[in-house]
Amino acid sequence: MSGAVLDSERPFGWPQRLICLYGIVWREGLRFLQQRERFISALVRPMVWLFIFAAGFRQTLGVSIMPPYDTYVLYEVYITPGLIAMIQLFNGMQSSLSMVYDREMGSMRMLLVSPAPRWFLLTSKLIAGVAVSVLQVYAFLVVAYFWEIEPPTPWGYLTVLPALALSGLMLGALGMLLSSVIKQLENFAGVMNFVIFPMFFASSALYPLWRVQEGSPWLATVCRLNPFTYSVELIRFAFYQQVNWLALAVVAGCTAVFLGAAVIAYDPARGMLMRRGG
Amino acid sequence: MTVIVEAPPKATVSALSVETVSHAYGARIALENVSFAIAPASFTVLLGLNGAGKSTLFSVITHLYASRSGVVRIFGRDVARESGAALALLGVVFQQRTLDPDLSVGQNLAYHGALHGIGRGETRARAAIQLARTGLADRVRDKVRFLSGGQIRRVEIARALLHSPRMLLLDEPTAGLDIKARAGILEVVRRLVAEQGIGALWATHLVDEIRDDDHVVVLHKGRVLANATSRSIVSGTAARSIGEAFTSLTGGAEGGEP
Repeated sequence: MSGAVLDSERPFGWPQRLICLYGIVWREGLRFLQQRERFISALVRPMVWLFIFAAGFRQTLGVSIMPPYDTYVLYEVYITPGLIAMIQLFNGMQSSLSMVYDREMGSMRMLLVSPAPRWFLLTSKLIAGVAVSVLQVYAFLVVAYFWEIEPPTPWGYLTVLPALALSGLMLGALGMLLSSVIKQLENFAGVMNFVIFPMFFASSALYPLWRVQEGSPWLATVCRLNPFTYSVELIRFAFYQQVNWLALAVVAGCTAVFLGAAVIAYDPARGMLMRRGG
Repeated sequence: MTVIVEAPPKATVSALSVETVSHAYGARIALENVSFAIAPASFTVLLGLNGAGKSTLFSVITHLYASRSGVVRIFGRDVARESGAALALLGVVFQQRTLDPDLSVGQNLAYHGALHGIGRGETRARAAIQLARTGLADRVRDKVRFLSGGQIRRVEIARALLHSPRMLLLDEPTAGLDIKARAGILEVVRRLVAEQGIGALWATHLVDEIRDDDHVVVLHKGRVLANATSRSIVSGTAARSIGEAFTSLTGGAEGGEP
């Protein structure tokens, strides 16, 4: 067993970690490709909002000039960043569902007994989910382009990428944290009711905050406390080649907090897994 | 309560040493001062009924849970302090099946190789060797969901061997399999121990899987009741078989029959 000695004595350095990261992203991509329904539903959901909801409300909801827009914009243009963030929100929760499934099916155990550090494994899993969500977003942007929704210059497609990555990380980390406290797959319906819908509706995804403020000051406060609002604004500004610094700070901060909490939750000594005995 | 302990064969360093490990889920104690050691290149049976604490012990050894007290070392490496180095030495087959049924055998092995930092080309070569060893060389492209229970277990063993571990942990790997599949898997693992010098800890509740010269650790209600060769346990309890000895040690609880 000379090979055994060599393997076990070999340190798990960054070259090995990169192989590990690649493997996790590859597996997530493979699972995504095999679940065509997941891809189609990820695309259909925002398209329903864009083509039906937004088209219907176009005449009743006007959006005045507000940063980053320097002209009046159609309602479809306004809600597109919100729909992009919605794709990422659903994907983050889907990843959470997939982690609960992996835990029930046992494949989570194989991930966690890898010699790579636990934080690295969870971050890799998160990056894999973000890569899938970014693909979904660009597929949606292709469709939106034919609906004449596009950034002011083609560079917007590029400048939105870092915003998508960061926003995807934040929402994925939230999903990961939730996956550590969801005991069974059946409980996932609760996530839909208590996380996805409130986060989406109590944000600036569908209406500008000044409009919400006029209608309901307390709801506007809730929207301002909702991290999803800042994901939407980060994407909105990046699509117009601008940076919303407040949104950037909030999204980066929330990413760190959610990921840190998820790593603690999956820690063998302190985490939820241990308390459950699963 | 009778406790039979026999010193393990002398070795410079144990393949696995479990030292006064305790664990609890809330108020429910799952493991209480569990201690035993396993020599390298030996086949050891962890014998216990369902609920004895075998799976919890496996979770502690693989650092899925941290024990409330005690230390687990793999070839001298503390699992809690040097978890990466310790886990690299372990190949694990959990009681629950852990292959992705929607991926092929080759894809499952490629994923495992990546988790251990092994590149694609090298993984492919190693997978071919391990699948040949477990008699599944021709199933590399088949989806796992189309394999039988025994074949899935063989793939899991091939996967556990992929990163060249020095110690195998197998948690009831024959559960739910027919007699022929069980015998085949047991044979594969015994051959690995004899020919490759890999240590194996085989958790089971089936006494017919034990040979006279196997080292046996009897775990009951979270405590070690015996830690010796099967032969010594049988003679120490004045029983006629390891099944009878187990019944005697556990005060009437019977080991499973096939």
